[in-house]
Amino acid sequence: MSERNGRADDAVVRMTGITITFPGVKALDGVDLVLRPGEVHALMGENGAGKSTLIKALTGVYRVDSGGITVAGQELRFDDPSQAQAAGISTVYQEVNLCANLTVAENVMLGHEVRRGPFVDWRATRREARRFLDRLNLAIDPRSQLSSHSIAVQQLCAIARALVVDAKVLILDEPTSSLDKAEVAELFRVIRTLRDEGVAILFVSHFLEQVYALSDRMTVLRNGRFVGEFRTDELPRRELIAHMIGRSGEALAGIEEQARTAVTVHSPRETPLLTGVGLGKDGSVEPFDLDLYPGEIVGFAGLLGSGRTEAARLLTGADRPDHGTVSWQGRPTRLSTPLAALRRGIALSTEDRKKEGIIGDLTVRENIALALQASRGAWRRIPKRELDEIVQKYMVALNINPPNPNALIRNLSGGNQQKVLLARWLATSPRLLVLDEPTRGIDIGAKTEIQRLVTELAADGMSVVFISSELEEVLRISQRVVVMRDRQKIAEITNDETVTSETVLETIASSGESAA
Amino acid sequence: MSTTTTPGRRPGALLREVTQHGLVWPALALVLLLLACGAKSPGFLDVALRDGHLYGQLVDLFRNSATPLLLALGMCLVIATGGIDLSVGAVMAMSLAVSLTYLDGAADPSSPLTVATALVLGLGLGVLAGAFNGVMVAGLGIQPFIATMILMVAGRGIAMLITEGQITTVTSPPFKSLGSGFVLGIPTPVVIAAAVFVLVVLAVRRTALGMFLEAIGTNGEASRLAGVKASSTTWTVYVIAGVLAGLAGIVYGAPTMAADANNIGLLKELDAIMVVVLGGTRLDGGRFHLGGLVVGALLLSALERAVIIFELPSQTTPLFKAVVLIAVCVAASPSLRSRLRTPRPPARSAARPAEVAA
Repeated sequence: MSERNGRADDAVVRMTGITITFPGVKALDGVDLVLRPGEVHALMGENGAGKSTLIKALTGVYRVDSGGITVAGQELRFDDPSQAQAAGISTVYQEVNLCANLTVAENVMLGHEVRRGPFVDWRATRREARRFLDRLNLAIDPRSQLSSHSIAVQQLCAIARALVVDAKVLILDEPTSSLDKAEVAELFRVIRTLRDEGVAILFVSHFLEQVYALSDRMTVLRNGRFVGEFRTDELPRRELIAHMIGRSGEALAGIEEQARTAVTVHSPRETPLLTGVGLGKDGSVEPFDLDLYPGEIVGFAGLLGSGRTEAARLLTGADRPDHGTVSWQGRPTRLSTPLAALRRGIALSTEDRKKEGIIGDLTVRENIALALQASRGAWRRIPKRELDEIVQKYMVALNINPPNPNALIRNLSGGNQQKVLLARWLATSPRLLVLDEPTRGIDIGAKTEIQRLVTELAADGMSVVFISSELEEVLRISQRVVVMRDRQKIAEITNDETVTSETVLETIASSGESAA
Repeated sequence: MSTTTTPGRRPGALLREVTQHGLVWPALALVLLLLACGAKSPGFLDVALRDGHLYGQLVDLFRNSATPLLLALGMCLVIATGGIDLSVGAVMAMSLAVSLTYLDGAADPSSPLTVATALVLGLGLGVLAGAFNGVMVAGLGIQPFIATMILMVAGRGIAMLITEGQITTVTSPPFKSLGSGFVLGIPTPVVIAAAVFVLVVLAVRRTALGMFLEAIGTNGEASRLAGVKASSTTWTVYVIAGVLAGLAGIVYGAPTMAADANNIGLLKELDAIMVVVLGGTRLDGGRFHLGGLVVGALLLSALERAVIIFELPSQTTPLFKAVVLIAVCVAASPSLRSRLRTPRPPARSAARPAEVAA
C-alpha cells in the first residue's frame, strides 16, 4: 500500500497473486484480479483456464494457498462462503441456485424476512420484495412460485436477492447461456442499471459479442495463469482470442512437418463417405452442410460453445437432428442411435471424458471391449482369445500405462484414459472417427502420440473429424477446417500453406464484428 | 497361512487381502451363527437320510433360502443397472394367486398338464409385471423407486381381485411338491433355486450381458454412446426380476397351497435387497456379485432360524436382521477400513513391489 494507495481505494476487490493447488495440479498460479465500482469486468479464458476456481476463491468456496484478497481496502481471508457474502459479494450462477418451489418473495427475501416478534410478517415481506423487484423493472407477483417463471426471470430474481443483501460486488457466471435475445437484452439493461448505481460486476460468458457489448475491462486467464488485464475498447477480438488460446510450445513444432507430409489431397470427385445436408438441432446448432471423405482429416475450429461438439453429435447418432438429412456412402440413412452409427462404422470419442467416455468401475480391458461388444450384441460375446489380442494390440500400439489390462480405468491418468477410449473406438474398425477434444488436459507427449496416430489412421483411409480448442493443433493435422461461431458453421477453409491460425482467428473475429 | 504368501510380503498382507474381499464378513457371520445355533440346540447341524430324502435343520435352512435367493437374483441384476425393484413381494402374491385360481377352476387340479399350465400362467404374470416395471423405468424414464412402487402397492389389490377377496385353497399334490417335495433326495425349492442360479450366472457371465449391466449402472450415458442398448437391456432385467419373483411366489406358497393376497411375499422385497447388500453389491449400481447372494440368502434364513432356536419372540426377527446388516456393512465399509489402515502406511507400500514384480 505505498504509491498505489489511490488506486487501491477505488478498487472494491483486489486479488493479488492468488494460487490454489489441488492434489497434483496447480489450478491457479499467481492470478490477479481487480474489480472497480461502477464497472463491468469480464473474466475470460477457455475451459480449464481457472475462471471458476478464481470465482470460488472470491466467494470463499475454496481457500487460497497464497495471495491476498482485499475487499474495500480490508485484507480478508475467507474460510467459508458466508464470510464472502457478509463482505458484500453476491453470485448468480449459471444454474439458478434458488429454491424453485418457494415463492418469488420467499426466495428474494430469504433470511431477510420482515419480522414481528418471533413471527414473519409476510405482508411486509412481500412489500419489501416488491420494492426490490420494481428496481429491476420486474413486474411479477411476489406470491407466485419461482418455478412458474422462465429461467431469465428466475435469474433476475437471483439478482434482486443480491440487491437485498446490498451487494457491492455481483458475480454473474454464464448468466446468458440459456436465455434468448430479448431476455439477454433485458438482463443487460438491469446489469447496466446496477453498474450505474456503483456495483462492481464480474461477468463470465463465452459469448464474445456479449462480453464486448457489456464489459469495460477484462482479465484473461490461460491454464491457471494470469495473462493480463485489458480495457475492452483497446483489445481487438482477434487479440483476445489469441490471448485465450495461447501459443502452443515449440515441442509440437516438429510433428507439423511430419503430419503435413502424411496428408494427401483428396479428389473432390469421389463420393463422400458421409454427407450432411441442412443438419441442425433447435437450441443447439444451426443447420449446416458437410461432406466427409475417406482418408481425410477435417478439423472443427471455434471457441467453446461455438457448436462444434453439437455438430459432431449430430454426425454420430449421439443426438437426433431436428432438421436435415444424412447420407452414408451416397445413400440416405438415419443415425437414430449411437449403435446405429457404430454399425455403419461411425465412432464418436466425446469431449467429456469422465461423464461420457470412461466407465470408471470397469477395467481397461472391459472399457476397450465395450463398443465392439455392443456392436455385436450381448449374446455374441467376443471370444477371450480374440479380445486378448485386441487389448494387447492397442495397449502396445498406444503405449497405455500401466500396461495392465485389469486395472480399473478410473485409476489411470487422463492421457491414458484417453488412449483407452481411442482403443475402444479403433477396436470397432471405424470408417469415420470423430474425435472431440482428444488431447484436452493431457501432457504434451501423449498429445503428440495421439496426433501422430490420427494422421496415420487417415493415411490408411479412415475419415477423421478432429475437434480441438487449440487452433495450432487443428491446423497442424487437418486438410480442411470447418470454422464455427455462436452455434453456426461460418466458414470452411481448405488448409494449405497460406492458412495460419491468424487467418482462422480473423474469420472467427471478423464475422462476429460485422454481426455486432 | 503366512508361510504360503509370496516372499517379500508381510504376513499381514494376505490377511488384509482376505478381509478386503466383500464376502468375508457375511460368510464369517453365517458360520458363527450356525455354530451358535449348534451349541444352543444340539442336533442343529445334523443331517439325516430318511426314505431317501435329506432331513434336518440345516436342510430346512437351505429350503428357506430358496425364495430369498430367487428374489435376490433378479434384484441384484436390477440394482446393477442402478435401479431397484420394490414390487417383487407383491408380484409373488399375484403369481401365486393366478396359479392357484387356475388350479381351483380346473377339472382335475392334479393332472400334470393343468399344473404345468398353472405354472406357466403364474410365471407369465411375473413377465407382465416385470415388463410393466421395465417400460416405466427404461421407456418413460421414471425413477425406479417410484415406478416399481406402483405395483408394490397395487399388486396386492390385483391379487385380491384375482382371488375375489378369498384365500383360495386348492388340493394339487404335484403343485404342492414344487414347494415341499424332493428331487433325488434334495428339497425341490433348493433344486429350483440352484438351477436358476446356474442359469442366471451362465446368462450373465457367459455372455456380455453382465458387462453391459455394469457399464449401464456405472455410467449410463457413456454406455449409450458406446453403442450399448441401455434401455432395452434395462427393460430385460426388470422382466427377469419379475419372472423370478413369480417363481419365488409359487415356490414359497406351494407348501400351504393358499393364495393369501395380503400376506404372501409381504416385505420380501426388503429381504431381497438385504441379501443383495449382504452379498457385497453396492446399491448405487455397477459391479455386482452373484456368488455373494448365496451367502446372503443363507445368512438371512439362518438369522430367522436362530431367533426361533434362541426362543426369542419372532417379532424381534427384523431387529436382528438390522443388527447383522449394520455389522456387515460397517465391517465392509471402505472408509472405515482406510481409517483403520492409515496408522500403518508402510505395510501397503511394502506389498507393492512384490505385486509389480509378480
